[in-house]
Amino acid sequence: MSKRLDPALAVFLALLAALIAFAAWLPAWAQSLLSIALATGMVVLGLTLLMRTGLVSFGQSLYLCLGAYAAGILNSKYGVTDMIIAVGAGALVAGVVAFLLGFLMATYRHIFFATLSLAFSMILYGLLVKSADLGSTDGFNLTAPTIMGIKLEGALSQRYKLILGAVLAAIATIGLWRYLRTPLGRLAPAIRDNELRVEYMGASVRHAVHVKYTIAGLLGGIGGALAALAVGHIDPDSMAYWTVSGELVFIAVLSGSASVIAPFLAAAVFETLRMLAHDYSPNTWQLSLGAAMLLLILFLPGGLASVLVRRSREPAP
Amino acid sequence: MSTASSRSAAAVLQARNLRKQFGAVTAAGDISVGIERLSVTGLIGSNGAGKTTFVNMITGYLKPDSGTIEFDGRDITTLTPRAITRLGIARSFQIPQLYDALSVEENILVALGTAARNGQLGPATAPRGQASRLARQQEEQALAQILSQFQLRDYRVRLARVLPQGVRKALDIALAMVARPQVLLLDEPTSGVSSEEKFAIMDMIMTALAQQGVTTLFVEHDMEVVSRYAQRVLAFYDGRVIADGEPKRVLQDDDVRRYVVGMSHAAPAGARSHA
Repeated sequence: MSKRLDPALAVFLALLAALIAFAAWLPAWAQSLLSIALATGMVVLGLTLLMRTGLVSFGQSLYLCLGAYAAGILNSKYGVTDMIIAVGAGALVAGVVAFLLGFLMATYRHIFFATLSLAFSMILYGLLVKSADLGSTDGFNLTAPTIMGIKLEGALSQRYKLILGAVLAAIATIGLWRYLRTPLGRLAPAIRDNELRVEYMGASVRHAVHVKYTIAGLLGGIGGALAALAVGHIDPDSMAYWTVSGELVFIAVLSGSASVIAPFLAAAVFETLRMLAHDYSPNTWQLSLGAAMLLLILFLPGGLASVLVRRSREPAP
Repeated sequence: MSTASSRSAAAVLQARNLRKQFGAVTAAGDISVGIERLSVTGLIGSNGAGKTTFVNMITGYLKPDSGTIEFDGRDITTLTPRAITRLGIARSFQIPQLYDALSVEENILVALGTAARNGQLGPATAPRGQASRLARQQEEQALAQILSQFQLRDYRVRLARVLPQGVRKALDIALAMVARPQVLLLDEPTSGVSSEEKFAIMDMIMTALAQQGVTTLFVEHDMEVVSRYAQRVLAFYDGRVIADGEPKRVLQDDDVRRYVVGMSHAAPAGARSHA
């Protein structure tokens, strides 16, 4: 557990730096795809933190949606168009809700944790569908965002959304990488393996799960706000419905939980697959994704992370 | 027959009138025992005699129906296992409780991190800016010391799930020792270990514990191990302590020979009254 930066993380940070530097030269479709991949990757990063702890949330769209609506409401209803404030608001709202729900969620495990998380996300979905002020099932559009007072429109807006996503992805991966090396962070795989021993070491499993759940919610909120900015439109079906949570779990499985950069790569792979599947088989694109999932489970059960993280171990005796 | 006496003088651990009933089964029937600081005590008894229940009550896994447990004069009867561990009572398990998906080194680092967080590794006294580096050095030193003391160096990078049983036992005890407890309870440290290995493992464990000055209680079925390592033996039968004293004397006690060592199956006078 060295403090030296992980080589794969260093390469990822270099890629993000290159992305920021050369964003202007990327075609619009690639900028859009990468912006959404970075936003989704942020939510999945939180999900993989929970998976590392042995918990699967089938309702992480709750935080994606809260982040998106916090950013969207500020932008569209209160005229606060700054992208950084939007992301901050998304993180704050989702983080606070995750902290409060965490008191309850930290006491559940396995399928109970999964279904309870799903239930909360569907409650939010139900509320949003009935909220005429927020556009009900149609949702609403965001106005053109600004950043530090600079009005962004067209290609410039698209580029700055990508740059903001890349900067936040760098901060999140470094932050989580460091956190996983702290005593509290190290407890994640220990809790997944043996809660009894964790308690008999003198650590609180419930507290550790609560902290991780809150971090996952916070990341979900940031991802949601980024997604809202990237798409420019929010609605309950594409933000809170249970299929959105299912997609996030799909990407988390594709990612694996052993690496902090894999969620972003998995999100990029997923969005690319989805784009290609939509292009080449618009009526059966779910079939293509299902086949990809099957191949993944057969040939890469540890996800992309298992390729990125090689562990030197002696063979079993 | 010696009685279940209460040795309160210099007792670091004091159990008073502990009772625990599981339906019709008496797992603890009025147990009063004092454990002296830095002593090594063996707990013997047939299966179901109440040894593990006693250990589970002291470590907070089970709450007694009545009675009290004091540690260093403080009542710990109702505390959680976590709180009791933080106070300085650690335990190992009959079936080693490890992090199977982690390496030996990672298992110990998880424990070291928690112990450091709980302030059980001593205060960090580094100036700002150097604290992190110093903590890392201390952690590496502590890791090397534990790997060496419990002879785990050769297994450092192996996953816990593939370790031989004897090494699993050693790692389980090492995890309990990381937080530098004052009292350590070992639940059958040689169970599942081959008869050729048992003394080597016990020698290694007892040497490590003696170096750190830990009051030790161990549950054990192997009388050779008990007579060799225990300074005092508590013999359990039917939820009661039927003999308490030096190993030589307890192991020759008629009731202990009959009901614990396995010479006869008749019940001692009064012992069944709690069933």
